[in-house]
This record gives sequence, C-alpha cells and structure tokens, in this order.
Amino acid sequence: MRASKLNGLLFFLGLLIVWELVAQAGLINPLIVPALSRILRVFSDLVWSGQIPLQVAVSMKRAAAGYVMAALVFIPLGILMGLSQSVYRLFEVIVEMLRPVPPPVMIPVAMLFLGLEDGMKIFVIFFSCAWPILLNTLDGARNVDRVLLNTARIFGLSRWKIIWNVILPAASPQIVTGLKVSLPITLILVVISEMVGSTDGIGYFILDSQRRFRVAHMYAGMLTLAILGYALNQFFNLFYRLLMPWHIGWLRLKDGR
Amino acid sequence: MALLEVQNLAKTYRQMGGDTTDAIGEISCKIEPGEFVSFVGPSGCGKTTLLMSIAGLIAPSAGQVIIHGKEVSGPPPNLVLVFQDFNKSLFAWRSVLGNVRFGLEARARRSRRGEDKARSLIDLVGLKGFENHYPWELSGGMQQRVAIARALAYEPEVLLMDEPFGSLDALTRLELEDTVLQLWEELRTTILFITHDIEEAVYLSDRILLLSQRPSRIIEELSIDFARPRNQVITRSQPRFMEIRNRIYQRIRNESAPS
Amino acid sequence: MNVGRDFNWAGWMLFALLLLLWEFGSRLSPALQSYLPPVSRILRSLGELIISGQLVRHLMITLSRFLQGYLLAASIAVILGIVLGYFRMAHSLFEAVIEFLRPMPSVAIIPVAVLLLGIGDAMIVAVTVYASVWPVLINTIDGVRHLERTLIDTGRTFGLNRRKILWLVVLPAAAPYIVTGLRISLSIALILVTTAEMIAGSRGLGFFILDQERSMNSSNMYAGVVLVSALGYVLNRLFVLGEGWAMQWRRGMLARESI
Repeated sequence: MRASKLNGLLFFLGLLIVWELVAQAGLINPLIVPALSRILRVFSDLVWSGQIPLQVAVSMKRAAAGYVMAALVFIPLGILMGLSQSVYRLFEVIVEMLRPVPPPVMIPVAMLFLGLEDGMKIFVIFFSCAWPILLNTLDGARNVDRVLLNTARIFGLSRWKIIWNVILPAASPQIVTGLKVSLPITLILVVISEMVGSTDGIGYFILDSQRRFRVAHMYAGMLTLAILGYALNQFFNLFYRLLMPWHIGWLRLKDGR
Repeated sequence: MALLEVQNLAKTYRQMGGDTTDAIGEISCKIEPGEFVSFVGPSGCGKTTLLMSIAGLIAPSAGQVIIHGKEVSGPPPNLVLVFQDFNKSLFAWRSVLGNVRFGLEARARRSRRGEDKARSLIDLVGLKGFENHYPWELSGGMQQRVAIARALAYEPEVLLMDEPFGSLDALTRLELEDTVLQLWEELRTTILFITHDIEEAVYLSDRILLLSQRPSRIIEELSIDFARPRNQVITRSQPRFMEIRNRIYQRIRNESAPS
Repeated sequence: MNVGRDFNWAGWMLFALLLLLWEFGSRLSPALQSYLPPVSRILRSLGELIISGQLVRHLMITLSRFLQGYLLAASIAVILGIVLGYFRMAHSLFEAVIEFLRPMPSVAIIPVAVLLLGIGDAMIVAVTVYASVWPVLINTIDGVRHLERTLIDTGRTFGLNRRKILWLVVLPAAAPYIVTGLRISLSIALILVTTAEMIAGSRGLGFFILDQERSMNSSNMYAGVVLVSALGYVLNRLFVLGEGWAMQWRRGMLARESI
C-alpha cells in the first residue's frame, strides 16, 4: 500500500515538473498559465508580506460568524423538531419551501438588505449551512435509540436532563456530520459572496487579480483556497478528536465492532 | 484419465509486514466424473483456499490443477463455484429469474428456450412462484437455492460448493442437502463439496477427503458406500454411519489438538 | 413519518400566516417595500415577466447550460470513476492529484475559466462540468472500490471476461453509489450555473437576479429567486422519480432497512 501512495505522489510531482518545463520552454501562454515557479514565488511573497493572511483572516472572520450562528440556531431547532412531531410538522412546510433555493441566489437578496458589508456574507453563510445542520440534527434526534430513551426515563430524569445527557450525545454523530458537511459549503459561499459583492476577502482577491490580469496572483489565491480547504478539514478532525474522544469508542460499541 | 486432478498444490499467503501463512501444504487428489467428493477439516485449514484454487480464482504457489488434461490458469470454462456468502454473491439488482438467467447468459444462451430453462431450474430447486422476487425478499435458504440454480444454469461439468449451507439453520440445511442430492442424481454433475459438518459430508458423499490443520494436506481418504438414494432417516440411522462419523471426528480432533 | 393522507394543517397555516405578515407588513411600511415588496407584487411581477417572455428566456438559457454541464460531467465522472475504482494501479496513480484538488472550492475555478474562455456559455458550462464531476467521481470510485470481492469472483467463476464483469456486475452493483453522487451533483450544477452567471454572465437567471438587484427592482429580483428555486425543485423531483423507476429493485430493500 505504501508503494502505491508513493506512486501517486511521484506522478503528481511529475505533473508539476512537466508544467514547469513546458512553461519555461514558452509553450504555454504566460498570461493564462504562468510557470509554477512564478506562482509559488508570488504566493510566498504575498504570504510573507501579509497580504494573503490578511485576506484569509477577513474571509475566515465572516465564515466563522456565519457558521457558528447557524450551529447555535439550527442544532437546537433540529433537536426540537426531531423530538417533537408537532414542532416538526409546524415548521415542515417553511423548511421545504426554503430548501430548494440555491444558496448563491440569496446573495443579491442579502445585498438588498445588508449591502456589501460583512453582514451580507454572514447571513448568506448562515442561510446555506442551515439545511445540512438542521436536517442532520433532526435525523439524529429522531433516531435516538428507544432503549436509551427508556433507560433515561426509568431513572426519572427531567426532560432537560434527558435532552442534555441522552439525546444530544446520541444524536451527536449526525450532528457532527451536519457540521462537517457545512464546512465546505461555508468556504464556497464565502468565496462566492466575496466574488459577487465585496471589496476584500480571499474570494474578492482571486477575482480582482483576474480582472487586473495579475494572473500569478490569481493562481496564488487559488492555491491559498486549496490549502485553506484542507486545513479547515484537518482542524475540524482535530477539534472533534480532542473534544469528543469518547465518541469514536462509543460509535464502535454502538455498531458492535 | 481422471476428470480433475490436483497435483502437489500448495499455497502460501504473504501478509503486509513480511509474514507468511502457509494455507495449503501439499494436496494431491484425483476426481472422477460424476463423483460427489467432500473435503472436511478443522476450521482455518485452507478448505476455501483449496476450492478457490481449483476454481482458478486464486493462483497456487506451487503445483497445479489439471482439468481434462489441461492446466488451470484462470476460471475454467466448465466449472462453477457456489460461494458460502450467498448474500454477497447473488445479484441484488436482478430478480430470481434474472439471477438464474445470468447463468445462461454466461453460457451465451439468450433465447426463448433460455427463459424456459431458467424457469425449470427454478422449479427444480423448489422456488416455483418466486421468479419475480428479489434476493432480499427471500430467506437465507431460498437465496442459496437461487445461487445453486444459477450455477446449474451454466451447465457446469464440475460444481464446487464452499460450505454452502454454513450460515443456514439446521432444518434448512437438511432440506438443501436432499435438494443437492436430487439435482446431482438428475444432472450427473461432478460435485466438490466443502463442509465443516461431518455428518453432512458422510450423508452426501461418495468419498471424503480429510484435511489436516494448516498447512493442510490430505490425511485420510474414506469411501462412503451407503445405498443411494440416501435418506435422512434411514441412511443416518445405520450404525456404520456413526462409525464413520466418529472416526472422522476423532481424526480431526487429533489434528486440532496442540502438538 | 406520517404517511401521506393527513394534510399538514399546522404547517401550512404557519406558512400562510408568515406570508400574510409579509404582505401586510410590507404594505404598511413604505421604507420596507423597496427591500421586501409585498408578496402580491412579487407574484404579479413574476406573472408579467413570464408572459412577456423575458424571464422564460433567461430560464431556458440557465436550463440549457445546466443540462449541458450536468450531463457532460455525469458521463465523464462515471466512466472515469469506474476506471479509477476498478483498476488499482490507475487509482493509486491519480490519488494524490485528486486529494490535492478536492479541498479547493470549485467556484475558485471561475476566474481561470473566464481567463481561458471569456464570458459566455462555454465558460459557464466548463465550470459547471468541473464542479459537478467531483461528487459523482468520488462516489463512483467509492462504490466500485467497495464492491464485495465475492461479487467479482462470482463473475469470474462464470467465465466472464473483464469487460463483461465491468458491465454486468460492477456497474449495477455500484449503481446506488453512483446515483447518490448524481443526486448531489444535481444541486451543485445548478449552483455553479447561477453563480457563474452572477459573477461573469450577461444572461441567465443568475445574471437576471443580480441585475435586478443592482437596478433596485426588488420585486423582479424576488420573482427570479422564486423561479430559480422552482427550477431546482422540479429538477430534484424529476431526479427522484427517475431514480425510483431505475432502481426499482432497491426500493423494497431500503424500505425494509428502515423498519
């Protein structure tokens, strides 16, 4: 298995080298695809000068705000809807009406209310993360094992205690799934909203670079996004593993492994 | 010349990290056409490996399998293996009829007569009326019947069966034992059968080959000459039945005991 | 989950209540009206735009780009996915490239596409294809890689060659995974088309919505939002219907699993 992973890496590096050679030989238009070395140089310049970190910070601030707000609102709502059939039915129609709206389409709507400020982006992210978080949480809460619930009831736990001590942990795999799925959605939407209506942020940076024909800058921005996407995922996993180490063991127990 | 010959077969598996497992030490045997031969041995002795090697699905580390004088180097065209895990082998997207027709299609027989043949096979294994059901709708025993019907649709000269009734309940097992015997008598296929159930082997076979613990070799060969057709009550209540069974049991127990 | 018959009075009433609040709240406050026109006005704009044909034109453009992008992506991704999933060598070769490109949001490709293809249909279809390939590709690879060994061995024991195994065994067995990927890509494709139209387009629903926002024609903008959402909803419904028809064999299986 190790050998094959090595093959993949070598192949990837090989492609990069070919890119570089082809660019150096002048076989591709530098205005469209500059040499890899140039892109990397521009990238490191922008990182060291603080330009890229600044844009990333700006984007991440918005992303975090929207993401956290969505979690704070839609996890409780999801649990409520999952536990109570009547609450679910109450909100069901509204949810089904809003679900088909493609998230980017909310950007102009948000722009109408909130202009081009951070608020607009935060709202768009909030709206986009709603469904994965809500629906997954709902599903998790709804499918909590009967046995678990009955055990809690036998012990005479109050409703709030049951929710906190039994439902929440039992539904947490699904909740985590919802949160995990929302991560790339958040990144995508922050980029789109910055491309459509913003004057800063990494998304704006990439588009702006393209418009000014600063092509190497544009690719450097894309590289930043790839790294960002990867890093966010890793952070999520780390966070998850640190905060909920009991989870993995419990999941194994549940699945009978 | 024997229909099928296993010559000095050996198989060693190489694990990650360099460890090796000798599954088969050295096995040689000859199978005549029309025979019903069972392989019995302690668990983990490589019975499945043996059958997979004969079926051409695994390449041996040493030795060869000869069928009709030709060495096997891939799945031979006149042989079919019925797997133990029928729920992983049946095609979930095809109905019972569809699965059985697959056996015919594999033989390149896609005609009107093909459909009739499939239906008659389904009837033969006792599943008449279930042609349009899907595997998940059937019980374990029924699913295995479909797998057997599918294999027979291929009209193989040799049928290999890898603990086909291993995951079924006792009563179903007895039913299917008789079904297999019935099919065997009618179609005169050669059957190589693996089972861990000693009594099942004694009940079904013409010959039983006992395998040792890993790395396996054949430690004894028994001829079973009870009258055919066999009967669950009559055959099994013969004193000689238990004698043979006990002998095999002792042999295997000695094999499994730590030396 | 309640089965169909009982109508969700509470839900619909809450929804209707909200719409009424919206309608009257908007009418009562002139300041609000520029951002949030009354529902009736939005519906009227919708009607007018459709009748005049203006919105229908944009709809058709968006739909056409969507179909081109989605279908092209699906074809490429399924074929590529099967190849990469089935041939271990190919997969390990491309694994690093895939893992590197995956975390990058597909929308970041839009500026590059504009550079290469200008603004217009080609660019929009291209970015849609790029983004829509991923879910189908990843899911297809996953589905093919996780195929039961026994299933493939079954194909082999029936004497099928590689091509036949791919077509008769691998493809149907991986179909559920492929379909999951196709369903995800459905939404992704629509999102990309509308996004690309917003960022660098001059026609289509995405462009229309943004354009109306810029000219402060809020009821037209909302009309566009309603229409594109309806489009998404219809496409999704059609997909579910198609899936149900094509995967009939699964319906029962899934229902059983949910008991």
